[in-house]
Amino acid sequence: MVGLGDFTGRKLVLCFYPLDFSPVCSDQLSIYQEVLGDIEAKGASLVGISVDSAYCHRAFRERLNLTLPLLADFHPKGAMSRDYGAYQEEFGTDNRSLVLVDGDGMVRWSYATDSVKDIPGANLIFDALGG
Amino acid sequence: MSELTSAGVPPVGPEDRARGEGLEVIAYFDLACPYCAGSWLRIRELPLRLVFRHFPVASKHPRAPALHAAVEAAGLQGRFWEMCDSIYLDQGHIDDPHLWDRVRRFELDLDRFERERRSDAVAERVRRDFKSGIRAGIASTPAAFVDAERVEGNVEEALAVRAE
Repeated sequence: MVGLGDFTGRKLVLCFYPLDFSPVCSDQLSIYQEVLGDIEAKGASLVGISVDSAYCHRAFRERLNLTLPLLADFHPKGAMSRDYGAYQEEFGTDNRSLVLVDGDGMVRWSYATDSVKDIPGANLIFDALGG
Repeated sequence: MSELTSAGVPPVGPEDRARGEGLEVIAYFDLACPYCAGSWLRIRELPLRLVFRHFPVASKHPRAPALHAAVEAAGLQGRFWEMCDSIYLDQGHIDDPHLWDRVRRFELDLDRFERERRSDAVAERVRRDFKSGIRAGIASTPAAFVDAERVEGNVEEALAVRAE
């Protein structure tokens, strides 16, 4: 189990995405992995969140050589995602959105794409982190 | 990498790799990306001034950084485009021995190629393009820009229409 308390005192970027192994999600997480060190250098952590299971996440991380953590919002399905308004009841998956939580656990910024086919560029994360 | 906040795609400069005549297109490619390889077959035939920028996504395509370094090193001996074409047209042969075969075929100096593809200067050249792509919001490849505006949709089809 992972909670916000595990990131106290540190900025946290939550990356909600629809599904492991989908082409667009693969592109998105691969790009974020490429700049993960730069995000961490800004004093922030990045975690991915979807409704996939921990076993699915493990396979997805291995497939893409990801080191960033993926959280399984699997049971009860989408519980955390609903809290952040990221769960899409119609599709049973998360939308594609980013949320920046500060070291005190307060949401400071969020962004959701109009379509799950669109990927928020990593530049938006750096904009939110203040350069 | 330093600054990665949003910024427009940098204009074409003297260090860019460019070829052809016609509509100027700045395109970011990953040399180990199968989608790019498919697009390349069509894009290379279009009447464009194509500006090639490096965008290797190493986590997804572990071989990509080596391939981008290889084309830059080949470029230092005047064979950038030949190496690009060769890699995209034969994605099944991209290990080091296959690169050495290409070096021999293009009659390059193998020792120099080996030295330069591992050099800091080449790594920095590739990294600079990658960074500019991140700042421009690129999250998948190929990605193309005309007049600093992102080409939306299927890149090769959109460029084919615009090149007419």
